Amino acid sequence: MSDVAIIGIGIHPFGRTEGMTGLQQGIHAAREALSDAEMEWSDIQFAFGGSAAAGSADAMVNDLGLTGIPFMNVSNGCATGGSSLLSAYTTIKSGQFDIGMAVGFDKHPRGAFNADPEASGLPRWYGETGLMLTTQFFGMKIQRYMNDYGITSDSLALVAEKAFNNASLNPNAWRRDPVSKDTILNAMMVSDPLTKYMFCSPAEGAVALILCKAELAHKYTSKPLFLKGAAFRSRPLGSFEVFSPSLEIERGPSPTVGASEATFEMAGMTREDIDLAQLQDTESGAEIMHMAENGFCKDGEQEKLLQDGDTKLNGSFPVNTDGGCIANGEPVGASGLRQVYENCVQLRGAAGKRQVEGNPKTAYTHVYGAPGISACTIVTT
Amino acid sequence: MSNQKPIADNLFTWPSDQPKLLGSKDTETGRYFFPAKKSNTHELVELSTKGKLWTWTVQRFMPKTPYIGADNPEDFKPYAVGYIELPGEIMVESRLEGVNPEDLEIGMEMELSIDPFVKNEDGEELMMFSFRPCKN
Repeated sequence: MSDVAIIGIGIHPFGRTEGMTGLQQGIHAAREALSDAEMEWSDIQFAFGGSAAAGSADAMVNDLGLTGIPFMNVSNGCATGGSSLLSAYTTIKSGQFDIGMAVGFDKHPRGAFNADPEASGLPRWYGETGLMLTTQFFGMKIQRYMNDYGITSDSLALVAEKAFNNASLNPNAWRRDPVSKDTILNAMMVSDPLTKYMFCSPAEGAVALILCKAELAHKYTSKPLFLKGAAFRSRPLGSFEVFSPSLEIERGPSPTVGASEATFEMAGMTREDIDLAQLQDTESGAEIMHMAENGFCKDGEQEKLLQDGDTKLNGSFPVNTDGGCIANGEPVGASGLRQVYENCVQLRGAAGKRQVEGNPKTAYTHVYGAPGISACTIVTT
Repeated sequence: MSNQKPIADNLFTWPSDQPKLLGSKDTETGRYFFPAKKSNTHELVELSTKGKLWTWTVQRFMPKTPYIGADNPEDFKPYAVGYIELPGEIMVESRLEGVNPEDLEIGMEMELSIDPFVKNEDGEELMMFSFRPCKN
């Protein structure tokens, strides 16, 4: 079977864009990706796309052109972008089509996400009494983890400080002003032990990627990248997930563990092969826990790695080089694709001031979300 | 007592001098569920009233709808939330009452309490469960 190449990437800056719908931002990203690959919309044979709160992706054909291609809307919560990419990958791998697009965009209202108990199969009292908040879950998961593995609040702050520093070098990021560790630590507590600056916020933005059969890649770009692995998993028994009125006493692995294993197996690679990673950082604690859940370190080793600066841009294993969710916000439909976009920019050596040194050749992404889903990818030169 | 009623049916035994949370047990696997699941293979069980705090956080901003605990941010008071490990059964997520956040500690002994949460439009007090530090 043929390998799958990424030959075009496009983004609409993340943050808040007044006067522009989420769909329009998606169209902007799609056009940018087409221009990057020096191709026309009519060259695209199929597309997968989606948003969580900004409408149907296939509506963009009205602007891009009525070429009659199959354009499938994807709706899969926080893994919407990852699912679109995986679907595009499988479509090319199967031989059904040679060239396609994965696109994700979103535009969320300000503030924490609204939760609807019935839509999640939960009783109404769970929401009425104030237990159904994603922020609580994140606070409680890292609270326990810090207790078990000796992670400090100082390290939580270092993760956020790194995010804003990286974003200050990324023109497409939302929050581009550096924030000091002390400011982060002393900011308003949102859900203990997490302060305001440690959380990402719902936001806006869009990303489009063009993929093709590897044999065709050199026709469109002098520097094709290859999607070596992509896998998606939902929660196994015993994992600790958002919106859980109860949990099993016997603790089990998270969906991330399964998705990560599957991705490495598919790529035939090991963790040591990876030069940099984008890991879901819905908040500081998530990045820390996901370093271990994805197998890049053992539980508890993060404390030293962070204190030593190993995950900074100039560290031995840079994580969230574009500022991650903390500094880019989380437009749900676009977030997972932003991670892959950043990896492509880094592997092309086109990241400017935030370029990881040493000519990186392999990069990893991991997206995680409600109600316990995870998708990972490996891209190589 | 007549103007008090549980916030939901089948959540805890009520009225009762010693109310208990209601869960269910899968008779095939022995796994516990909370809230109780309706199924041919599930039997309704009363859960333990005491357990250990497994983790916690504090809700410091007023939740959006469908929260009914406060009408506006001025009336909102932060509250603690945690999971209580009921030995041999299950971990239950609950509001934590009767304790200052700075005194919360993983592993501390907690016990069930049923108290008025809010009044509904008919003036009835809706009763909700929470866990509090054990008194002894």
